[in-house]
Amino acid sequence: MDIKNTSHDSPPLEIYARQFSGKLLLRTEILLDENTFQQLLSLHLFTPVQSIKRKKFTYQCQRCGNQKRSLFATLPRTSGKKILHYCRNCIEMGRVIDSEPLYYWTGKPVKWLEHEAPCTWDGQLTAAQQRAADHIVNAVNNHQQELLIWAVCGAGKTEMLFPGMATALSAGKRICIATPRADVVRELMPRLQKAFQHVPVQGLYGGSKDRAGTAQIIIATTHQLLRYREAFDLLIIDEIDAFPFHADASLPFAANRAKAPQHTTIYLTATPRQEQRRQMVGNKLPHIFVPIRFHGHPLPVPTMKMSFSLKKELQKSEVPLALMKWLKNRKHQTRQLLIFVPTIQLADNMRDQLFVRFRKEGLIKSTNELAAVHAQDPDRTEKVQAFRKKDILIMITTTILERGVTFPSVDVVILDAGHEVFDEAALVQIAGRAGRSPDDPTGEVVFFHDGRTDAMVEAVDSIRLMNKRGGFH
Amino acid sequence: MNCLWCDRQIIPEINWENIFMLAKPKSLCGECEGKLEYLQGSRCKKCSRLSEEAVCLDCKWWNEHAERDSIAFNYSIFNYNSFMQDMIAKWKYRGDYVLGTAFKLDLFQVFSKRFAFLKNEALLVPIPLSEERLRERGFNQAKMLAEFLPLPCEELLTRIHGEKQSKKTRTARISTNNPFKLTKTVNKSVILVDDIYTTGTTLRHAGSLLKAHGCPEVYAFTLIRG
Repeated sequence: MDIKNTSHDSPPLEIYARQFSGKLLLRTEILLDENTFQQLLSLHLFTPVQSIKRKKFTYQCQRCGNQKRSLFATLPRTSGKKILHYCRNCIEMGRVIDSEPLYYWTGKPVKWLEHEAPCTWDGQLTAAQQRAADHIVNAVNNHQQELLIWAVCGAGKTEMLFPGMATALSAGKRICIATPRADVVRELMPRLQKAFQHVPVQGLYGGSKDRAGTAQIIIATTHQLLRYREAFDLLIIDEIDAFPFHADASLPFAANRAKAPQHTTIYLTATPRQEQRRQMVGNKLPHIFVPIRFHGHPLPVPTMKMSFSLKKELQKSEVPLALMKWLKNRKHQTRQLLIFVPTIQLADNMRDQLFVRFRKEGLIKSTNELAAVHAQDPDRTEKVQAFRKKDILIMITTTILERGVTFPSVDVVILDAGHEVFDEAALVQIAGRAGRSPDDPTGEVVFFHDGRTDAMVEAVDSIRLMNKRGGFH
Repeated sequence: MNCLWCDRQIIPEINWENIFMLAKPKSLCGECEGKLEYLQGSRCKKCSRLSEEAVCLDCKWWNEHAERDSIAFNYSIFNYNSFMQDMIAKWKYRGDYVLGTAFKLDLFQVFSKRFAFLKNEALLVPIPLSEERLRERGFNQAKMLAEFLPLPCEELLTRIHGEKQSKKTRTARISTNNPFKLTKTVNKSVILVDDIYTTGTTLRHAGSLLKAHGCPEVYAFTLIRG
């Protein structure tokens, strides 16, 4: 095909624009034969940018922003050529080498459809949700740069986004929802497609089937933003306080680059970190607080239970006495139980011990009713599914189930709540797993510990405060 | 120094072993190093697979088909556990060259012990990549390993481009044609170096080519027994 003879708005160029505009790609990620690519390049439809920049004492990868010296390395020199540096930080997404530029599309930008009444969701927002939704709509209309939505666990964050998203879509804007975890992308995909039936939605995560990333609505893990540049008019970042977004500097770097020149960024969180709180207090970050769960009941307040022998028992993977005592006197014996432990090793070790003990006490009948799950568990999706279907009654878990998952009727227990992995945000999130259903809006949350930590006290205080702001006393 | 795998800083522990002498700088932190699994216990003396028998079933088959067997024995260091699979994937397929240096010390030590009987009278020959693959990857992982070893290393073989070995089935691998070409003949013993021994076919193809052109004996030294 000869591109030179075709005019600028001919179909093939339109297709290329759709494929490549808003992206920042390596040559190997641009699936075009060398001839076509060179033609597009000579027509300045692709623009190359230096992929690794030299800084004073280090380098910077232009895809992920990495500047750490230990995360750059060199390839062996082939005869006569100069030494090649590459970035080790984002190598999982294809190797960035300083001899190979990154490319972005500088042809005609894509004109996204202006949808009339795109929202096909027929649910009703609560008053508190509506207030937040109105703020988002305003932010989108006024091209407000940033807005933080601080909504308690179980406030119904996704639904609050719909009116704002609809406004953006009817103005022909492009939307991305970025979330730290692939599980959440998978869960959101069908919900959003149902809410916006006539708008194409694509979900992107490491290993997703759909890899094109060319739809008007993109739901992606934050890592996928590394491949975008000036793409989204409305960028929604879910759980900004969660790992890895707050810990990995390359993700805010990529998110920042993925925004269109005129953009609105919505941050969602249930547990803002110190930095965001400071910005809110100093009025540097426009925000709105949604203190009430969608079912209108307060957040369950955790109780702390001291157990002097806890560390010793856990070290031997024995079932803590305090836990057994609490279990026997539990008010709702029929509720499912989530047991959080600090380490993967403990999750595995506790499983067998708990099984023997629970069986003796008659709490469970078969092995299948008790399971342990952690990040390295290959069957984790299946197990979570089984817990949801109530095939599993008691689940031992590490912090991977701390957020983003909803089970209707559970009691929550943390063993060794004083462990360093349970910071304030984690504890509030874990407590937020209880009482999610309108049919059973309460739930017990118990922190077992052998000495209170600041994080525990702050978590309880902050839950009480949120309830107070929600009008509960 | 940061760990090559998890990038956490390695803080050397001071103990009686290193208090008077500088310890060798480590490239992996204790936690990551612990996830590497050495081949331990009784193994097949021919291919290094962990097995109760002196010669495993596969190698008995090779012994019966002596005309196709060209390797005296293979020695491997690590088991191909899931951590190693992740490491190899990042090193080889993603192309994180520097990760290979994590194996340097082990490779050197084991080699010096196991191949001491050759008394430096041998030549190291890395299994080559096709030119196309080399351009794509930027380095040959077998050559990188061979350069850690204390014997002269020469790239005597070239490879014709074909499908990746790791994408083929066992039978497909064993019945493939010889993909190698020899650039120079040798009259010394040769130790072939590669990253993984899986079915041993690749190494035997290289070995039979060398032997057909006058090489007296061919051994194999590999990082992993797959």
